[in-house]
Amino acid sequence: MRQVWAIYRKEVRLYFDSPIAYIFIIVFLVITSWLFFRTFFLLRISSMRGFFTIIPWLCMFFIPAVSMRLWAEERKTGSNELLMSLPLQEWEVVLGKYLAALTVYVVTIILTTPLAIVVGALGSPEWGVIVGSYLGCFFLGAAILAIGTFVSSLTSNQIVAFILGVIIVAALTVVGQPLVTMFLQGPLTVLVPYAEWLGLANHFSSIARGVIDSRDIIYYVILTVLPLYFTVKSIQASKVG
Amino acid sequence: MIEVENLTKRFGSTVAVDDVSFTVKPGEVVGFLGPNGAGKTTTMRVITGLIYPQSGTVRVNGKDIWEDPVEVRELLGYLPEATPLYDEMSVTDFLRFIATVRGIPRREIPAKVDEMIKVCSLETMAFKDISELSRGYRQRVGLAQALIHDPPVLVLDELTSGLDPSQILEIRRLVRELGKEKAILFSTHILDEANKTCDRILIINNGRLVGEGSPHDLAAMASGETIYSLEFKGDTALFTEKLPDRFKITRSQPGIEGYTGMELTCSDPADHSEELFDLTVAVGGKLRQLSRRETTLEEVFLELTKGGEA
Repeated sequence: MRQVWAIYRKEVRLYFDSPIAYIFIIVFLVITSWLFFRTFFLLRISSMRGFFTIIPWLCMFFIPAVSMRLWAEERKTGSNELLMSLPLQEWEVVLGKYLAALTVYVVTIILTTPLAIVVGALGSPEWGVIVGSYLGCFFLGAAILAIGTFVSSLTSNQIVAFILGVIIVAALTVVGQPLVTMFLQGPLTVLVPYAEWLGLANHFSSIARGVIDSRDIIYYVILTVLPLYFTVKSIQASKVG
Repeated sequence: MIEVENLTKRFGSTVAVDDVSFTVKPGEVVGFLGPNGAGKTTTMRVITGLIYPQSGTVRVNGKDIWEDPVEVRELLGYLPEATPLYDEMSVTDFLRFIATVRGIPRREIPAKVDEMIKVCSLETMAFKDISELSRGYRQRVGLAQALIHDPPVLVLDELTSGLDPSQILEIRRLVRELGKEKAILFSTHILDEANKTCDRILIINNGRLVGEGSPHDLAAMASGETIYSLEFKGDTALFTEKLPDRFKITRSQPGIEGYTGMELTCSDPADHSEELFDLTVAVGGKLRQLSRRETTLEEVFLELTKGGEA
């Protein structure tokens, strides 16, 4: 565990010693606040619903931008040569790196809580819904980040990692949306529940309603653990090559 | 102790390392010599568990890369080629990170890092970012991270590349010093370096081990020849005729003042200078110069890796 901690510390440092984390946090906060306040005073409803509905769509672009460097950069500079010569199991490195990226995301999400305070000051929102939504944000982000980590481990090009990450996450999000499910007609209607189950944002919106269903949690846990497992496998495979 | 057994590594259809076996014992500095692309780095990467071979195995102090990869890496200090480091970290932070991952107890880390900074003469750079360091200093940081856990086995890829002549001497001295108790395998394509630093040399070409031995043995093994050059005055034809079979005249060229410059090769490594002198006297000739030299490592290397890079 000390090894995981060492990797984690190193990665967190690399995020916060360079402008990446700050740019990410600031841009994320500016965009979410702007999109939120644009309609908040017009609607005059003390709810954060509008804020949370845009979260899955923002995460689609923002999180792959955080995870893209995790492995791709090390491959590019060759420092993975050094990293992998250290007495570590592959999963320890994967976990350390993943948790560091997750920290950047969690910090960002925590920094959006002043919005909740503003909402609370101006009215009386349903706090249960807000807390549930934040929990949903965490699970959603954790899953997207795991996917991004896996994609990053496949390439030495950060841009490729980013674009591929966005495409995969977008596909997983869109698949559960009415936009796609409405085309599943006739005999294909049997697929609708599966498509809806697969949709990343669907589970988020059900948690965001304040309903914590174990099925949603299991979905996100699977979607987090599986990509991380594949990351370990992809790193092991690159050694056999 | 490194034991490499029948190692074969292919990348697609290219055979990078082909059935290579050798050992490096503790207290031994072994130079891994070969032209570019001969398979040196690939072999070293297999030893450090960065890649796995198609067949064969490597054991480090009895631990097998297939069974105990993590233990193997614990026993090793590895300096990768081109010294990739974390540019955003300062030298001290970087060494602390390595020390932590290497499992050095927390209390001992600051002392250990200081020690490495001293051993590798990095005092003036300790708090600088690695990205600001020159090639030579990067190399030293690379060496420091390889030594920090005092490993019994060192694998150093292109150890002296990018260093200036005085740094090279310094590093060589350090390697010799470390080599008294550790098993060290280092690769280079500079012959002189292998000659001066190693107890033993392995020559690899096209993925195959083509020569092995001490610099001296290797010179004898490759050609088994010694070269005599002499300047002779007298009956050259008679001298040539009376010359024993083991000598071969490779060059004969009339020079000034009636002397003929000759170069002979001898298949017997023993010193036959006296014999040549006696022969000259016997045919009534005169000698102005007679010298004997062994084939240099360079000649051996070129001989063994013939056609390798061309």
